[in-house]
Amino acid sequence: MLAYILRRLLILLVSLFVAAVVLFVLLRLLPGDPAAALVGVGATPEQIAAAQAQIGSDRPLAVQFVAYLGDLARFDLGQSFVSRAPVLGEIGQRLGVTLPLTFAAFFLAMIIAVPLGILAAVRSDGWAGLTLSVVSQIGIAVPVFWLGILLVYQFSLTLRWLPSGGFPLRGYADPGRAVLSMVLPVLTIAIIMSASLMRYVRAAMLEVLNSDFLRTARALGESRNGALVRHGIRNAAVPVVSVLGIELATTFLGAVVVEQVFSLPGLGSMLLLGIQQRDYPNVQGVLIVSTLLVLLVGFVADIIQRLLDPRLREARR
Amino acid sequence: MTAQEPEARRLPRARRRAPAHWLGLVLVGVIVAAGLVSFVWTPYALSDMAGGRLAPPSAAHWAGTDRLGRDVFTQLMIGARIALVVGCGAVAIGGAIGIAVGVLAAFATRFADDALAAVFDILIAFPTLLIAMLVVAAREEASLGTAILALGIGLSPIVGRVTRILTKRVLSKDYITAARVSGTGWPAIVLWHILPNIAPFLGVNLALQFGLAVMAEASLSYLGLGTPPPNASWGRMLQEAQGTVYTAPWGALLPGLALFSLVIGVNLLADALRDRFDPAGRDS
Repeated sequence: MLAYILRRLLILLVSLFVAAVVLFVLLRLLPGDPAAALVGVGATPEQIAAAQAQIGSDRPLAVQFVAYLGDLARFDLGQSFVSRAPVLGEIGQRLGVTLPLTFAAFFLAMIIAVPLGILAAVRSDGWAGLTLSVVSQIGIAVPVFWLGILLVYQFSLTLRWLPSGGFPLRGYADPGRAVLSMVLPVLTIAIIMSASLMRYVRAAMLEVLNSDFLRTARALGESRNGALVRHGIRNAAVPVVSVLGIELATTFLGAVVVEQVFSLPGLGSMLLLGIQQRDYPNVQGVLIVSTLLVLLVGFVADIIQRLLDPRLREARR
Repeated sequence: MTAQEPEARRLPRARRRAPAHWLGLVLVGVIVAAGLVSFVWTPYALSDMAGGRLAPPSAAHWAGTDRLGRDVFTQLMIGARIALVVGCGAVAIGGAIGIAVGVLAAFATRFADDALAAVFDILIAFPTLLIAMLVVAAREEASLGTAILALGIGLSPIVGRVTRILTKRVLSKDYITAARVSGTGWPAIVLWHILPNIAPFLGVNLALQFGLAVMAEASLSYLGLGTPPPNASWGRMLQEAQGTVYTAPWGALLPGLALFSLVIGVNLLADALRDRFDPAGRDS
């Protein structure tokens, strides 16, 4: 197990390196000079040259690349072009919105999807299974920002129960309003996410229900529910955990749209603003930190999978 | 007798799902028709602002008007056209890149194959939308072409990964060995043996990618990074209507409904394709 964790850690570092290279290539080699963006429209060539010298974009690409990797290794993400604030500081602040949003939505989605997915599999030929399949089919096709707008219409504009968007200026120093402003965004993500999650849980559970080991357990005298609890859930959990990892990462990255619907000052809106203002250090910083988090989630999901399934520990790769 | 049992169980199930498949065909058909008709006729010109602001649906304006007085139904029709063009374009680009790289990976040496598989996995961890946002950011300004290119690039790792797995499965078959032994070159093997054999499965996957691309285009437009005005996009219509959702709910309801109908229709059609070509893979 330790050897596996070490090898998986090595893969994590290599992936992070590859991702850093891809980001560097994407942001430097494609058209659009960050220095020109820094000084803005109507700048003289001298001003652009000065800006290039300041951010180092006049140096050869190889030198820039080494400097970039060196900065990354020291967790130095530079300063914003626009606000001059350190990028890492702003990311930290905004993660305070995006991470709770992501995790709350993720756990709510699991609470909805896991029992319903199991029910859909166990009753796959009955009306309950059919209804749940139709509901999840519908949920997958609903655009997340549309659902957000509809929820705002119903719960904040018509019923006036919840704020339609925004986040208290004082942040978590104003805990009541901070939590209230998160309710609709969390609900929006959780509903959409549980629709797709339910399908995976159902598929994994169906596979287990048709398995030989469950039949053997029944033949040895266990009840249907007893066999499911003792053998079924754990076996079905293995493929679901890897999907959960991907879903968690997708939710985190997909928060950009939902944050826009509810005007939440999270990581997604920082990315969008950075793109609109051509604030390259901010864009790069957000992408690096999200990549790191996404890869970490994949790492943890793989380890959990190994812990759940001894058979995986035997197999190579 | 026992050999007939699975057959007997499959038939009623396929028949039970048939209405859903027809529903998919109708939904997609209506939207395709609206998109095609929009080339020759729309109720009003897109820039016609004579309708009065935020008018509710009426005989003159079937879906009401927006906050500038433009006809919402006209925008919905143009939006259908944009969604279909972007969806088809993105799937064509993403499919071309993905299939080429996926087949290449399956044929490559073990090291190159592993490396490409790892790159696919890393890229897939990022939603299509995020990759597309990056491509839009790197290009100078948003346009229809940029949106198509961006979404196509965003989809390509998903197609690449599926193609690689499907190709490897075909490559292990005896008839490939037979073709190789008889001196068939690898371009001919790809053309005559691999592509025809993976086509049905790939078709189902590409149909699902089409739905993804349409959804991502709407998200991109909603964020202001997609198809620019004067063209109407369902995503941008939703963004514009969000501020007036309380006084004019139809403006926010209908574009979302159109988007939802297209995506669910395409998904149902993909299900129909899968039932036709790959009955065993239905639940996977």
